[in-house]
Amino acid sequence: MRSFRIFVQKEFFHIMRDRWTTLILLVLPILMIILFGFGITTEIRNTKFAVYDPSGDYTTRGIVNKLESSEYFTLERYIDSEDEIERLFRRGETGFAIVFGDNRILLIADGTDPNTASVLTNYATALINSYLQESAVRQVGGGAATDVAGDPPVASATAAAHRTITPEIRLLYNPSLKSAYNIVPGIMGMILMLICAMMTSVSIAREKELGTMEVLLVSPMKPFLIILSKIVPYFTISVINYITILLLSVFVLKVPIAGSLILLSGLSLLFIFVSLLLGILISSVVDKQITALLISGMMLMMPAVFLSGLMFPIESMPEVLQWLSHILPVKWFIIAVRSVMVKGLGISSILQEVSILIGMGIIILIISIKKFKYRLE
Amino acid sequence: MEESNSKAISVKALAKNFGKVMGGGDGSGSGAVAAVAGISFEVERGEIFGVIGPDGAGKTTLFRILTTLLLPDSGEAKVMGYDTVKDYREIRKIVGYMPGKFSLYQDLTVEENLKIFATLFNTTIEENYHLIKDIYGHLEPFKKRRAGALSGGMKQKLALSCALIHKPEVLFLDEPTTGIDPVSRKELWEMLGRLKKQGITIVVSTPYMDEASLCDRIALMQEGKFLMCDRPQAIIDSFGKNLFSVKGDNMGALLDGLREAKGVLSCFAFGDSHHITAEKDNGTSSAVTAASLKAELERAGFEGVEVTKTEPSVEDCFMELLSK
Repeated sequence: MRSFRIFVQKEFFHIMRDRWTTLILLVLPILMIILFGFGITTEIRNTKFAVYDPSGDYTTRGIVNKLESSEYFTLERYIDSEDEIERLFRRGETGFAIVFGDNRILLIADGTDPNTASVLTNYATALINSYLQESAVRQVGGGAATDVAGDPPVASATAAAHRTITPEIRLLYNPSLKSAYNIVPGIMGMILMLICAMMTSVSIAREKELGTMEVLLVSPMKPFLIILSKIVPYFTISVINYITILLLSVFVLKVPIAGSLILLSGLSLLFIFVSLLLGILISSVVDKQITALLISGMMLMMPAVFLSGLMFPIESMPEVLQWLSHILPVKWFIIAVRSVMVKGLGISSILQEVSILIGMGIIILIISIKKFKYRLE
Repeated sequence: MEESNSKAISVKALAKNFGKVMGGGDGSGSGAVAAVAGISFEVERGEIFGVIGPDGAGKTTLFRILTTLLLPDSGEAKVMGYDTVKDYREIRKIVGYMPGKFSLYQDLTVEENLKIFATLFNTTIEENYHLIKDIYGHLEPFKKRRAGALSGGMKQKLALSCALIHKPEVLFLDEPTTGIDPVSRKELWEMLGRLKKQGITIVVSTPYMDEASLCDRIALMQEGKFLMCDRPQAIIDSFGKNLFSVKGDNMGALLDGLREAKGVLSCFAFGDSHHITAEKDNGTSSAVTAASLKAELERAGFEGVEVTKTEPSVEDCFMELLSK
């Protein structure tokens, strides 16, 4: 036990004496939360737009005002001809234009970035609809005041109100449509995976590469304990990072923990264990730090970013990739964290994800034990 | 069985092939390469056994099999009576191993490294300090320094201290003197001599022939085989030929000239001179002597020729074995 303790201590020395490692391990989660939470966001704010409005009547100006008063749009300027739009787009002065014609409103968006374009048009459509709806209601109100004059205005106003059936949209769990709700579980998955799997595999590969593993093996210490001593520091750091991410998301990004904190922590511990095992598995098949880094980077991190639904919805991916995403532990972790943290669901709702993670953990453990080398080959 | 247990090491027909070796020195890189090709030998308890051979001879592979790090393809090896395959756990408790590559933690201090290795073997620095006092004494002023910042000789002394701290019964040192200065080399060999007096069996490999005479027994290793295994003096005594050292103004051409010369059996460059071998003179007039060789070379037009008869060294024996 004494030798196990000193090996854990030694591992901490390795981490702390390399300033970059320490920095990456402790600052990276903070940086990622802040970058993804504030900078890289799918929300769109203050997009400049141009307006071509030959009529310049009350309704069109009302619509422009409505758009401008929202946080999503800022009026760049009025233009004099439709041709000007393309010039503005080309010069990059604006990426969105509204053309009012006879009985129609044309929304023009820059399609080079399809995601932004579709979000912009959706926002604008919603705003225009709500404006039209409000003005219809106002007309009803106005009509009621002048009710004495006779029936017709009332009839026409109710007719107008009935003519436009606008669906009312309510977003559950994330009413203000904040992307942070989506990003926090994703970042948590990525960070824990990165630190557990990548750092563990790299640190074991380092012992092999530098030849120290050779010396350690020729000793009475059980190789299993050597590996275990490597896990402890990364486990500790993962727990610290988990707490950091939670604190940042609750107090900085204002994403509340809707469900049980104990359940969320238990889930995270399970995922940390699975990732650590994955790190050991990688290290048992590689001998070089760079290989360990590439394998965990290319085979774990990249798919984790793309296939876990962190950035792109899994549902919109080709079926092969969707199928591939099932074998990533991080995907199940992110789904479960969303359920607990954002939706506030209990254990019964994440049983599937939890049992898949446990199953993966057991399989990885069995393979690692079988692959484990007591010698150099 | 009884007999093999009394030996520190006993190896029988040990062989190990590697599927593919990248960049084999002789260009025949394809197919299986025998790193250890059927070796049998024994090492007595308490002796210094040297394995001498050039890079790529298979020394490291042999050491790794003996320290249980590699499995042999065939044959068997025993260390202190324990089988390297079956009883690898026992062997790992009683041997000390210092690999050829510096294998300590460069980001930890001298003292921390030593402490880790002491703890690894369930002992403490204090308990076995007497063993490493000579060696570690040189390092103690720098004990707070990181191992990576030590000089080559210091690193080897630290590595040796770490391999010794648990009082091993057999010490395996793979090329401990490669890449360190001559003074440190000399010191290291003096330390090995003192360790031997403490009853520790030492198996050491080296590419330097001049270190051969410091061992009790040596094995000359080449391409996975032991060409010869005996006491250094016995190897020299068995040389069985006359040896001449030849110098001249044009050394390059002289080498070709010597190969042409009558009675010369073999000829190879040896430091700043050429060594040639010739049959021992049994009183016959055809035997090569220093004078006859000099005369012949001068007849062939070489200038400034000096020929002296010299005593063979282990390197001469090795070169002679290789030329066969």
